[in-house]
Parts: sequence; structure tokens; C-alpha cells
Amino acid sequence: MANNTFYNEILTEHNIHPTHKHEIEGANFTLEGVNPSCGDDIILSLKVEDDVITDGAYVGDGCAVSQASADMMLDLVIGRTKEEALRLSDIFLRMIKGEITEEEHEELEEAGILQDVSHMPARVKCAVLGWHTMEEMLREGKTGITGTEGF
Amino acid sequence: MTELDLKIKDEFPVLKNRNIVYLDNAATSQKPKSVIDAVKRYYEYDNANPMRGLYELSIDATKDYEKARQTVADFIHAKKKEEIVFTRNATESLNLIAYSYGMHFLRNGDEIIISIMEHHSNLLPWQIVAKNTGAVVKYLECNEEGEIFPEQLEKMMTKRTRMVCLTQISNLFGRENDIKAFAEVAHRHGAVFVCDGAQSVPHIPVDVQDLDVDFLAFSGHKMYGPMGIGALYGKEELLEQMPPFLYGGEMIEYVTRCGATYAQVPHKFEAGTVNAGGAVGLAEAISFINSYGFDIITQREDELTKLAFTEMQSIPHVEIIGSKDYKEHHGIITFVVEGVHPHDVATIFDAHHVAVRAGHHCVQPLHTHLHKMSTTRMSLGFYNNEEDVTAFLEVLKGLRKEMGYGE
Ligand SMILES: Cc1ncc(COP(=O)(O)O)c(C=O)c1O
Repeated sequence: MANNTFYNEILTEHNIHPTHKHEIEGANFTLEGVNPSCGDDIILSLKVEDDVITDGAYVGDGCAVSQASADMMLDLVIGRTKEEALRLSDIFLRMIKGEITEEEHEELEEAGILQDVSHMPARVKCAVLGWHTMEEMLREGKTGITGTEGF
Repeated sequence: MTELDLKIKDEFPVLKNRNIVYLDNAATSQKPKSVIDAVKRYYEYDNANPMRGLYELSIDATKDYEKARQTVADFIHAKKKEEIVFTRNATESLNLIAYSYGMHFLRNGDEIIISIMEHHSNLLPWQIVAKNTGAVVKYLECNEEGEIFPEQLEKMMTKRTRMVCLTQISNLFGRENDIKAFAEVAHRHGAVFVCDGAQSVPHIPVDVQDLDVDFLAFSGHKMYGPMGIGALYGKEELLEQMPPFLYGGEMIEYVTRCGATYAQVPHKFEAGTVNAGGAVGLAEAISFINSYGFDIITQREDELTKLAFTEMQSIPHVEIIGSKDYKEHHGIITFVVEGVHPHDVATIFDAHHVAVRAGHHCVQPLHTHLHKMSTTRMSLGFYNNEEDVTAFLEVLKGLRKEMGYGE
């Protein structure tokens, strides 16, 4: 059977062999994001030094979309400033609403493969879970396990 | 494909208009053209506010509505049509019992027994009754095969047990509970027995007098009828004791500045303008079922279940929830695919135009009991055919590969 779904190799690789799914030492932000209706659950940790995200990781359970999205997000934001990470997150969230330009799409690198989620209303929550959790951390300084719900 | 399949499928416009293999019948069934036409005919020829007008059109609307009530009564073998209350769906029917019977007749320390496999619609109303009256909810636990036993209930019954509320067919396991035996235990201990028939009434013959249930709740939309119409069966003597659930027009005898006397059953439970078009559609859905008969319906559903089930058992990494015997599934097969989240499973099925459902299926406590976060469910109707099952199996076989597992 031809693989004509949006589960392409990039997505499935990030799901089955994630780069950033582990614990890290010295994180100064840790926040849990949950989608109660579908059970996606991630705990995101970031190490931020002088406004630069020097390391990041996540642990959790959930669908391939939620897990791969968090993994691709970390690929993108590790090594960037907080401000840069928030700008990219804004682009990602707008992509899911179907409101970005071609140039913006390119900035998202691999995470751009989730663009099709804009046509899949049931999967939006999965795709944005990691990004939303990161935004809450960086913007509002939220930190903690159990509490935050994805939207 | 047999000639019968062709004929049945052709009666469902959606299945011709959309390129889809529809295997989510436990959520809602598709509607045959005869049902759609009956609703249309009602609005084109007979529509007026039933029970209110003194003119011919309203009288005709009333006749249609009451005839539909008789059809529903006959279908489940109620003694008389006054034992049928039209509601929006099974959920509303169950809430009606909870708010009217439960809230008024239960007291602090009384007990309500339900099973752990109950749909949230037959669970939350009882939790609310308990919270408001001080009653307690006790759970009958099922085993891995999805079984519960009357002997278990027998052991749980006490002098304080006032209500036992069980589903006839579980929407996750597809298994049928021996309602007649459970109702007998409940009655012997003086409790009222509520049966959730949402998944059974569309698929097996249900006879409320033979089962001897006090209440039966079901939805029209799962049995080829329109959305927005359902029914509550209640024994007349119980319905008569119960206070109204909603107050307003149509459910009164006399209203004065300081009070009212209420209409006879079932009207006292049908406040406001009723869904006559829906009732007509539901009656037509019953005619549709009767035109084939449950012998053909159950035979077709069993054949298709067997085909899907036996193949699924041999697919690596697929785990079927509940009984290992296809005969216990009544067209409902819930499963998990190792390493693939149910939402991804459903999305991949969708990409291949196969509709299945993923999630907790409104039975979250049951998922917790089974130590599963969520599952995927395929559910058949008798209008499905071998091709549908084959399409489903093809996707299922290739699913792990599509998710990047190398086999
Ligand atoms: C066993 C069971 N009970 C109750 C319901 C509630 O039905 P409805 O949503 O039509 O009220 C359903 C269906 O979702 C069900 O499967």
C-alpha cells in the first residue's frame, strides 16, 4: 500500500527515534502539557542561559503528531534566543491556522511538514501541544508538573 | 457481494454520495432514503404543532406523532404506547430517570449499582444523583473479557440498594449482558432496574416485558433514524409516580397563579413543542429494520464480525479488547495497535477513506479499569459488506509500516 498519508518518513522518524526524548540535567524550566481529551502528555524541560536556550528535552506519551512535533520543535529552538523561539512558535501556530507565507514556512524547517494539520481539526491540539507548552514557559515563566492543559 | 448487500447499501444515500467505508455505526448509523423521505413527507404534508391546534393539520400532525409512539412501543414490546416517552436521545432518557426518579426517591445512604463499563451517559447522571441525595454509587467490575455476572450483583445487593443501572450491550466490548438475569436479582432485592439500550436496540430484538426492565433508554440515530429523537420506556406505574423533569407547555392539565396539575403520562414528560418530524423518522427506521428482520440483521452482522475478527486475530501487533469469541462482539471490535497511538490509527484509516473511531468512546472509567489510555473501535452495521471489511483489514495490515516500523 502506498504511503499517501501525512505520516511521512520525517514524522515517523521523530516519533519512533526521537532526538530529544530524555531527561536533562540543569534545566531551569520544566512544564507539563496535557490534552485531557486524547491523553497526549509531555513534560518539556529547557535550560536557558543568558536568554539563550542551550539545551532542551521532553518526556511523555501520546500520538505521533504530539511527540514528533515536540521533537522537531526542540531541533529548531535549541541554540536560539528566547525571543527567536517565541517568534518561531508564533509562525508554527499560525501555520496550523493556515496563515503563513512561503518564507515563514521555510523557517520552520522540518516542523513545516505539519502544515497539513491545518486541514485536520481533530489533530490541531496534538500538533501544538509542545509549542504551546514552550510558549507558556518562556512568555509567562510558568513551570511545574501537572496543571497546564493544552488548548 | 451478495444481492442482499447491494440492495441494502443502495438504500443509504450517504454511502453513494461519499467515497467512504463507514465503520463507526456504534457512534451513529447512516440513514436510509426511506427515513429521510418520511421526515421530508411529514414537513411537506402534515406539519403543525402537535397536540395544540384544533384544526385538521394539527390533528394530522398529532396522529403521526402518536402513531410513531405506538410503533416504538410495539418494537420493544411495551404493554402500551403511554409507556413510551419521546426524548432527544438515550442520554436525555437516562437523565430523565435520574432527575425525576433518582433525585426524588433516593435518600442519604441509599445505593445505586452500575457497572464499570457504563457509557458516561449512564454514569454521570448517577454520580450527580448521589452527590445531591447522599446516595452512593457502587461499581460492578468486569473481567478482561468484558463479562459481569448476576452472582456478582447478588453479592453487592443490600437493603439500601435502590437502583441498578446496566447497559445491555457495551459500546466498547460489544458484549451482551444477561439483562433478564440482572433485572431478576435487582427486583428480588426491591431495586428498580434501568437498562441502557443504546447499543442493543439497533442490533438485537429487545422485549421489555420478557426482560422485565423498569426503564429502557435508547437513541433513534443509532438505529437508522434521525438525530434528535430518542425514547425512554418506563413501566406505567413508575412513570405515574414520578414528577415531571422539565416544566412548561404541553405537560399540564390546569395552571393557576400558584400552581398546576400535570398531564397524564407520557405527556407530563414531554414539555414544550415535540420533535414530531423526528418521531416519524424513527417510526420509519423501525419499519426499515422490520422489513429485513432481526434474523437477517444479526446474521449479517455476525458474518461480518467473524470475517473481521478472525483476520484481525492473525495480524501481528494487533490486540483485540474483550472476548476472544467473535460471537460476543455484535459488530463492535475495539483494538489497539502496538506502538501506534489510536488517534494516529484513526487518521491513517481516514486517509484511506475508512471511518473508525479513536479515543475513550465515553467510557473513560472502563479504559482506566483496563489500563488503556485510549483505543480504536470499528463497528459494523448490517448494510456493511465483505468489501468494507476487506478494505478495513488492508489498512490495518499496512498500518505499522506506514508509521515507520520496518515490517
Ligand atoms: C452504551 C451507550 N449508552 C448511551 C449512549 C449515548 O447515546 P446518545 O449520545 O445518543 O445519547 C451511547 C452512545 O454514544 C452508548 O453507546
